[in-house]
Amino acid sequence: MTEDMSQYPLRLDGDDFPMVRFQKVTKAYGSLVVLNQLDLDVSAGEMVTIIGPSGSGKTTVLRMLMTLETINSGVIYVEGEPLTHMERDGRLVPANSAHIRRIRSKIGMCFQHFNLFPHMTALGNCMEGPVQVLRLPRKEAEERSLELLEMVGMAEKRDQHPSRLSGGQQQRVAIARALAMRPKIMLFDEVTSALDPEVISEVTNVIRRLVDTHNLTMLMVTHQMGFAKEISDRVCFFFDGSIEEQGSPAKLFETPERERTKQFLNAVLEAN
Amino acid sequence: MIEWQWELVWELAPRFVDATGKTLMAAGGGYGIAVILGLIFVVAQRTPIRVLTFTMREFVELVRSTPLLLQIFFVYYVGPQFGLILSPWTAGLIAIGVHYGAYLSEVYRGGIESVSKGQWEAAKAINLPIVRTYRRIVLPQALPPAIAGMGNYLVGIFKDTPMLSVIGVAELMHTATTIGAESYRYLEPYTMVGAIFLALSLPAAFFINVFEKWVRRTLGMVK
Repeated sequence: MTEDMSQYPLRLDGDDFPMVRFQKVTKAYGSLVVLNQLDLDVSAGEMVTIIGPSGSGKTTVLRMLMTLETINSGVIYVEGEPLTHMERDGRLVPANSAHIRRIRSKIGMCFQHFNLFPHMTALGNCMEGPVQVLRLPRKEAEERSLELLEMVGMAEKRDQHPSRLSGGQQQRVAIARALAMRPKIMLFDEVTSALDPEVISEVTNVIRRLVDTHNLTMLMVTHQMGFAKEISDRVCFFFDGSIEEQGSPAKLFETPERERTKQFLNAVLEAN
Repeated sequence: MIEWQWELVWELAPRFVDATGKTLMAAGGGYGIAVILGLIFVVAQRTPIRVLTFTMREFVELVRSTPLLLQIFFVYYVGPQFGLILSPWTAGLIAIGVHYGAYLSEVYRGGIESVSKGQWEAAKAINLPIVRTYRRIVLPQALPPAIAGMGNYLVGIFKDTPMLSVIGVAELMHTATTIGAESYRYLEPYTMVGAIFLALSLPAAFFINVFEKWVRRTLGMVK
């Protein structure tokens, strides 16, 4: 399948291009289409939450943006530049690893299962990127990391390995680790799903503080409808590989238009 | 009926001390080569370069499916016909290093595969380049589960060093055979070789176990 790439701009021009743009992005595993011609723009500083039933492709959106998954067609732009592609001789061609690394440095991600490095302390986890990737002097990396661990309330546990930390604590360290790279975009992939109910607020409080104090662009996949409603600028309801409905949290949660959205929200409410 | 002669044992002891040193050198040197080659083999098998991956996998398979003795002969006797003239020591270490490197690459592979996908993804999310991802994230975690297997092959390589005697490396086996040829006494020399191998192999398992625990503790990965 060869795609006509001339339909995609080499870069997004103008003053108000979005921080992230998915343009006709399709992802399939064999014959199973996970995302179908997705168009999605996220503005700078916007908090967009993605909800939907499992298998609707919502996590895939984040994973493609983090370049953990390749895409089959379409283009993803970050800050106006293509992420999945690069310009060569006036055309878009698939990006090489140097290009991907350069654009990827603008993005940070937190995972459902935290994925902390088990052989490093909390502080070591946070310092790894700044020292090994950004090449900061150790002292500076340590100061930056400690500041962030302080912000997520984990400074006291700086010398503990992940195996000694609870799930909520691990996730907070993971948030600090991602922030230590000073990303412009943060991705939260079901960051509370693996947590015990009583520690979920530890993590959601940190994200709340981030929204209040940092001008980050954020994309979040979550099953916490209350949290999504409270914190999002916009909510996207995914169904079957595309956006079924999107809008402000008030509109989407209180006056959903589409039948599938209503069904999903009812089902979730009943389950709670 | 031949009688065991203790005086012969004492008389031969210095030669066996020397030969034990050479055996340990052969095992240690061969193992050192194998540890590094194994790593190269396994990483080469995991690159996206298809030709390299395929060639490496087939090479490892070839080495594992043919006898070590043949490989030693090949390097030592066939090599010179292609202009590759090596001393017995060099040829022996290369052969044994490549042979065990192939086996160790499989042990490493198991270790690397035990590292969860999430670790690779987390490394990518902080934009770690691939070489650093291996060095800083994956290999330290792949090491503890690989230590037991690595230890088995350390003992294995040690017990295989007698094969080097056939190309004239003066290790324990070679020494015992030489003594036998000189004195027509075989009982004491070969028994001594057996005793030395036993004395060195037995504690190895214990120390490997201790080492594994130490590594886990040092890496903060207590089971």
